[in-house]
Amino acid sequence: MTPELGYAATVAALILAVYGSGAAALSAVRGRADLRLSAERAAVGVWLLVTTCMALLIYAFLTFDFSVRYVAGNTNLGTPFYYRITAVWGALEGSIILWAFMLSIYTLIVVARYRRTQPQLYPWVLAVMLGISAFFLLVMTIPAPPFERLSPIPADGRGLNPLLEDSGMITHPVALYLGFTGFTVPFAFAMAALIIGRTGEEWITITRRWTIVAWYFLSLGLLIGGWWSYHVLGWGGYWAWDPVENAAFMPWLTGTAFLHSVMIQERRRMLKLWNLTLIILTFSLTLFGTFLTRSGIIGSVHAFSQGSVGQFFLGFLALIVLGAFSLLAWRLERLHAQGELDSIVSRESAFLLNNLFLVAAAFTVFFGTVFPLLSEAIKGTKVSVGAPFFNLVNIPIFLALIFLMGVGPLIAWRRASAENLRRNFLKPVAIGIVAALVCRLAGVANALVLLCLALVVFVAATIALDFARAARARRRTGDGWLDATWGLALKQNRRYGGFVVHLGILVVALGVAGSQAWSTQTEATLNRGEAMELAGYTIRFEGLEGVEESNHAKVVGTFTVADRKGPYTVLTPAKKFYPQEQTPIAAVDYRLGFMEDLYLVLGEFARDGSHATIKIQVNRMVSWLWIGGFLLTLGAALAILPEPRRKPAVAHAGQTAPA
Amino acid sequence: MSGRSRVLRWAIPLAVVPVLVLLAYGFRTDPRDIPSPLVGKPASSFKLTAFDGKPVALEALRGQVVVVNFWASWCYPACYEEAPSLERAFQAYKDRGVAMVGVNFQDKDEPARRFLTQFGHTFPNAPDPAGRVSVDYGVYGVPETYFIDKKGRVRFKQVGPVSDEMLKQQIERLLAEAA
Repeated sequence: MTPELGYAATVAALILAVYGSGAAALSAVRGRADLRLSAERAAVGVWLLVTTCMALLIYAFLTFDFSVRYVAGNTNLGTPFYYRITAVWGALEGSIILWAFMLSIYTLIVVARYRRTQPQLYPWVLAVMLGISAFFLLVMTIPAPPFERLSPIPADGRGLNPLLEDSGMITHPVALYLGFTGFTVPFAFAMAALIIGRTGEEWITITRRWTIVAWYFLSLGLLIGGWWSYHVLGWGGYWAWDPVENAAFMPWLTGTAFLHSVMIQERRRMLKLWNLTLIILTFSLTLFGTFLTRSGIIGSVHAFSQGSVGQFFLGFLALIVLGAFSLLAWRLERLHAQGELDSIVSRESAFLLNNLFLVAAAFTVFFGTVFPLLSEAIKGTKVSVGAPFFNLVNIPIFLALIFLMGVGPLIAWRRASAENLRRNFLKPVAIGIVAALVCRLAGVANALVLLCLALVVFVAATIALDFARAARARRRTGDGWLDATWGLALKQNRRYGGFVVHLGILVVALGVAGSQAWSTQTEATLNRGEAMELAGYTIRFEGLEGVEESNHAKVVGTFTVADRKGPYTVLTPAKKFYPQEQTPIAAVDYRLGFMEDLYLVLGEFARDGSHATIKIQVNRMVSWLWIGGFLLTLGAALAILPEPRRKPAVAHAGQTAPA
Repeated sequence: MSGRSRVLRWAIPLAVVPVLVLLAYGFRTDPRDIPSPLVGKPASSFKLTAFDGKPVALEALRGQVVVVNFWASWCYPACYEEAPSLERAFQAYKDRGVAMVGVNFQDKDEPARRFLTQFGHTFPNAPDPAGRVSVDYGVYGVPETYFIDKKGRVRFKQVGPVSDEMLKQQIERLLAEAA
């Protein structure tokens, strides 16, 4: 029954979405409120139906309903309960449902929030969002139906991809897709603004927080992806410039550029054309990311499948890009800047440079990702560019971006005076240089690390300086230190949220620099009882043990580790053997630390347990990535908070708001 | 409107066309298409014992067109999809000098036998307990199918499931050649 119900719900949702999109557009053209109401009901209907699909699929997974092809392909009787739920989005069809589901929720929120407040823009926004929903529902109906029936019904399913049996899988796709779909909202507002010709700052002001939400989830998705790669894949890294990682990174880069350049437009009414271009690019890149994953045109560890899904996505991508840019071209004369750039030494130009670098980074990543296609098209040979290309091109760009991160928030608008520069930057520059010198004397020899460190300290100092100054100003009005700081963070949450995000990025940057420069690894074959040393750790091989799990068997190695001070820990890396996989999967074991992680991967071993090959890595400062990520999360959350009203609704007893 | 912005009006949307064309071109290529170095080389010989206890040796089939198919019972859905096609091709060509051998890849005995019963395979199928044959043929994943000509050379390698048409096409091509 489930396959038929699910399919019916999908088709009904598709029809409703198409109808709703048309009705919303018509209501805007004819000014008919009844049609608009009908479109809103359609949006609610789409949400209900997609939720039903989601629930049906989860139910099918939980009850091992192998009459559904997708369930049989991605689970088996041994799959634990927890992973049966995450298996829902473990492959193509389910991830499209997840996408449609999130989009329907966003649409509902847009309906609830803007139906009264934005009478002109809103119907078009609704039309665009429902139109995009319709595309995903179409994919669910024709090329990738999650509810396809399987006949005859097999006794057991194939099982989930073992690499996806990880807690990260519950959060990584969800966060990533919330980010991807989140950009639909600003995109839809941008299109609406172009259609009705209100190309001012309105759409940007409305969608500012939406953009931060999308950006926040996308960042979170990338970070969790890095964490998954680090602790599951067993190669000791967190980022490999894999095409699909790149696909998620590109919209992040252009989205970050957008996040910054809208500030210029809000403030100076410049860059209208640029901002529209950026949001179109960002949204298109989210589609491109999905296209890349689903089409199988570029080889990747993530690629799901080949089939007609790719053609559907490419068609839709073409429609969106050509449609959006044509709209933009049509409204070109309304997009002239009202302000202009007064000086090269100004906040505007710092932001412009930031945009330039971010877009350049996005372009190089794009170029590197599609390079195999390009070379095959032109020279007929498959050539991939790997990490060396991406690192070579991107490291200077990112260092420059860090530098601008320090300059942008403090430099004066319009034209910075010598006094402004001296007041804001003299001390931080000095502190940065001194920090680098101290580290050089302390023995840090890597020039790139020193440069990164100097820049990071410089930026951190500008933030500290600014914050101290503002807090001091508030203290003069009578607040205590604590109140002054907190009050500041909450009162100007957008500014200070941004600063906290910047701090998070700085910590991530140090983590990247440190882990690239100082990590060390070795590989050795040890007899039972034999020990080896790496970077102050003594690792002893104690033996092997076989364990049967519900859906796989594993061989676990036991290694006792001592550091300079004595016994440290016991690590148990394993190899898992899944019947449906040709090659065993390594299960890494590690001990995370603030400055370094000890990371063990079990390699070949003798069946009798007499010897085993072990890869040992001491990864330095990788934890800084996760700490930085946490800071970034805090900062983004702070920036998402609604801007406080003049008077707080509930005043704390005994505390008066400063005038 | 000035001439410059008229040009821009066309240039903006048109700028993305080459990128779209490039992506569309991607459908015509297969990133996983790794040519097998074995194609054109003599097929390495093997001696296995089939599930029914009879010996299966490539040497004994010299002079015939041989289709060697690597499969597993856990290989769902691809091996299940191609299984009926293999049996059909075997029935159609067994009297025309075509032999077919199934090699069971990293599997357990019981589910493998159940697979054979389910599809009623009549051509010899043998387990490859030490995985030696799979290694010799460079099997990357199942299913994979190798087409060996009358002179004992590997002529074509199919990664992924085979279809009726493809079996027919490859077998007819090799049958047409002189021994």
